[in-house]
Amino acid sequence: MFAAGAAGAAAGGAGGAAAAVPEMPRFRWENFTTENGLPDNHVFQIKVDGSRVWAATENGLALYQDGRWKVYGTKDGLAHRAVLCVDVDPKTGDVWAATMGGLSRFSAGRFDNYTQLNSGLPNDVVYGVAVQGDAVWVATAAGGARFDVKTGQWRHFNERNTPMYEIWTYAVSAGTEKVYYAVWGGGVLEYDVKTGRWKDYNDPDGETEIVLLKDQGLIHEITTSVSWAEKDHVLWVATYFGASRYDGRYWKNFLEKDSGLPSNFLNHVKAVDGNRAWFSTDKGLAYYDGTNWAVYRPALDTKAPEMTVRDAQGKITQIPVTTAPSHNYILAVDFQGDDLWVATAHGVSHGIRLKQKETSK
Amino acid sequence: MRALLIMLCATAAALWGAYPSPIEIAVSANGSRLYVVCEGTDEVVEVDAAAGAVVRRVGVGQHPKSVALSSDGRQLYVANSWSDTVSVIDAASLKVVKELAAGYEPNAAVADLEGRFLYVANRIGNDISVIDLARGVETRRLLAGRGAAYLALSADGRRMYCTHIYPRLGPFRSPPESEVTAIDTRRQVVVERERLPNAAGVFHVVSANGGRLAIAAEMRPKNLIPLAHVEHGWVIGNSLSVFGADIGEVVEVPIDELDRYYTPPFGLAVTPGNDQLFVSTTGSDSVTAIDLPKLLAYIRAATPVERRLMANDLSASANYVSARIPVGRAPKGLALSPDGKRLYVANRMDDTISVVDTATRRAISTIALGRPIKLTAERRGERLFYSARFGFQGHFGCANCHIEATVDELSWDLEPDGFGVDIVENRLLEDIADTAPFKWNGSNPDLDTECGPRTEKYFYRAQSYSPAELADVVAFIKSIPLRPNRFRRQDGELTAQQERGKAIFERTRAKNGTPIDDTNQCYVCHSGPHYTDQQLADVGTGKPTDRSPLVDVPQLNNVALGAPYLHDGSARTLEEIWTVFNPHDRHGVTNDLSKDELNDLIEYLKTL
Repeated sequence: MFAAGAAGAAAGGAGGAAAAVPEMPRFRWENFTTENGLPDNHVFQIKVDGSRVWAATENGLALYQDGRWKVYGTKDGLAHRAVLCVDVDPKTGDVWAATMGGLSRFSAGRFDNYTQLNSGLPNDVVYGVAVQGDAVWVATAAGGARFDVKTGQWRHFNERNTPMYEIWTYAVSAGTEKVYYAVWGGGVLEYDVKTGRWKDYNDPDGETEIVLLKDQGLIHEITTSVSWAEKDHVLWVATYFGASRYDGRYWKNFLEKDSGLPSNFLNHVKAVDGNRAWFSTDKGLAYYDGTNWAVYRPALDTKAPEMTVRDAQGKITQIPVTTAPSHNYILAVDFQGDDLWVATAHGVSHGIRLKQKETSK
Repeated sequence: MRALLIMLCATAAALWGAYPSPIEIAVSANGSRLYVVCEGTDEVVEVDAAAGAVVRRVGVGQHPKSVALSSDGRQLYVANSWSDTVSVIDAASLKVVKELAAGYEPNAAVADLEGRFLYVANRIGNDISVIDLARGVETRRLLAGRGAAYLALSADGRRMYCTHIYPRLGPFRSPPESEVTAIDTRRQVVVERERLPNAAGVFHVVSANGGRLAIAAEMRPKNLIPLAHVEHGWVIGNSLSVFGADIGEVVEVPIDELDRYYTPPFGLAVTPGNDQLFVSTTGSDSVTAIDLPKLLAYIRAATPVERRLMANDLSASANYVSARIPVGRAPKGLALSPDGKRLYVANRMDDTISVVDTATRRAISTIALGRPIKLTAERRGERLFYSARFGFQGHFGCANCHIEATVDELSWDLEPDGFGVDIVENRLLEDIADTAPFKWNGSNPDLDTECGPRTEKYFYRAQSYSPAELADVVAFIKSIPLRPNRFRRQDGELTAQQERGKAIFERTRAKNGTPIDDTNQCYVCHSGPHYTDQQLADVGTGKPTDRSPLVDVPQLNNVALGAPYLHDGSARTLEEIWTVFNPHDRHGVTNDLSKDELNDLIEYLKTL
């Protein structure tokens, strides 16, 4: 897959002029595990809130602030120890944690828990949460729901009132105009906030891994993540069998064999804008700037820090690096200015952006 | 003839009319004017403090609950609890210049020091609106506690404190707990929730010592033990929570004495020199004066263990209470003149303002706000409802548990039928005139039985109402109106979701087509304008500690406001009535419903 040779950043064939390697963001990686105070090394999601970083882990909700991790668990009132997703209300600072045992709202030290028994939450297995204005959108194992924080009303969305044929909603991305759900095994659902109408997007090849109709629809039905770049009206989708980009008219699909994706198995996608996005795969963290790709990971064989860059022609170059994310199994990423925070299968990684000639994320 | 009619109407109004029922006061910066919010007449009354006379009145929204002045003294903010608005009044002209939309049942509205943002405590919404005063729009909604009701800005303007009339909805039969929500006014976010252990029913909060000290007025109900012992404070403790940088952790101190109680503590005022704290005690028709330096010294001299136990030491108050000042009936809000020499007390049930000399600690005059000459039976009954004088040693009255005729969200073990038997919670008292029988098991055929000798024997443990007084109390309770329902559209129509819920409520067949027995159809038992057939039913919610599983079918009007649920409060939310306490479909057939169908049903119930 990669250009052979340990020559590093050398590019070009023997005897030919060296082609410029695209400038891609570089980082110095700082990694955090249980040895640094994380409650668990399995980290499902990460959320940046200014100078604070929230980590959703298998054994509690962790907050990184002032150089230290603080952990909140069930003894503090968290609904369940396994936290799958977290979002922060930018207006109030309230933290919403999606867990395996309900939805927790954390505000100034107090947890309020919503479960399927005590509230309108559809199901206790809450995979995703997204705050948009006065609405808290959740993705659960039994459909989606919208909670209005002012009126206390819950509205459910499932196969009875939307086009979804599979109710296992895995992730949600909410904007002011649209809300998108990644439905595991059911494609993507779009909610138009203005009209209240739902629309589905599915793999035109049906539920197979064969890609007969490339770039004519969603790459695969097993979607794991959606990221709505509202300014550019572009939707990015992560699936277990590739990635998709949709601008409202055209689809663009990305597979390992014809892009810089290190793997088709994607856990998460995070849009920078309509052209750029970060992909969390089982074989590393990938960045696409609209033309070129970069991959950051410990090498699959040697575990040595590795960064590769793939240009538009498909040429791959090794970039010498001394640090890498904690693990190649990446689950999520978030931005803190130019820095990255990454959730991995072995802790949290903080990518501290190194200055470059050109700034591009 | 026309003149005669006008005269007759005016006379009738003078004789009968509405009673002002003053509840809160704001004093102008120069002390010359008092602004009194009158809940009974939906108005703010301006009083010339020197002359002791009403000079102007202005109508505001429905059931106004509070009045506050902007820091520059130019505007008044009045929270209209039933209109869900805040009236902005120009103090100079005493005209309403703007109505601001707030959340559900605004109870207090206080502006920040700069006068840029208004904070509004929404009692039913359990949250706080932050309103941009220049634009007149809400910019954020902050999570508070249950029954967010009273606000106070710290002296340095950095913190806005909010207290709550209901406790946190913790696990069933767990010790009650409340909180003071502290908002950072610069960032406009909640930064702290000061926990008040064993408190339920917290009213005014006040800031002192330049913002380094805060004090909240509270009740500490002993609802987890049987109501078998009234003396020595074994039903409700009346206390203050003291916290802030000057004290450290929260310390709760009693204002009661060993054999005399002052209940419930409601309004607070601190003199400018921070030397005196005044506490109105509504049911006791008095104001308690506290030497604040002595109180702080007493707390500081205590060990950590003593601080934790202080609230239950009824001898403690002798160390810091300097006077008990008799005022009018049902004193509520307090306000001090800017020089601290005069304390003004709103006497809700007398429709007057008591003027207290703070140096001598005596009431020196009374300002009448104007009220009908005749006292109706309802008004007489209302006075009795809010009075604690019938309880043994003045320990408590109806309004201690039926806070402002609502609930306390607590479960109690009330009568000497055996300790731990028949745990019960209370219900809203709105619009219950035609919902007999009463009591959780329907054993009281009318309100006269409910509130009569039973109350004397099992609650007050003292001489209770005379027959005439009982008739008045009943008349008042029967007159309590239903507050607006916030979950149904203003035009009365139901949303599509609520319509689906209504269909479930009225269904006669389960989803598989099986007919549902009449006795198990929702709208058969919960029928009529109050959604009760006024019969007894066994819906499988009886506990092993109940003498009988039969319960009086409760009315469902405004059921959304009556948490917790079931006769003993064991269902913490409406959902739990069916998700936890209906495993065998005896309380309606609901186990065939999907979760979203149950959600639809609950959204419909909230509209009743």
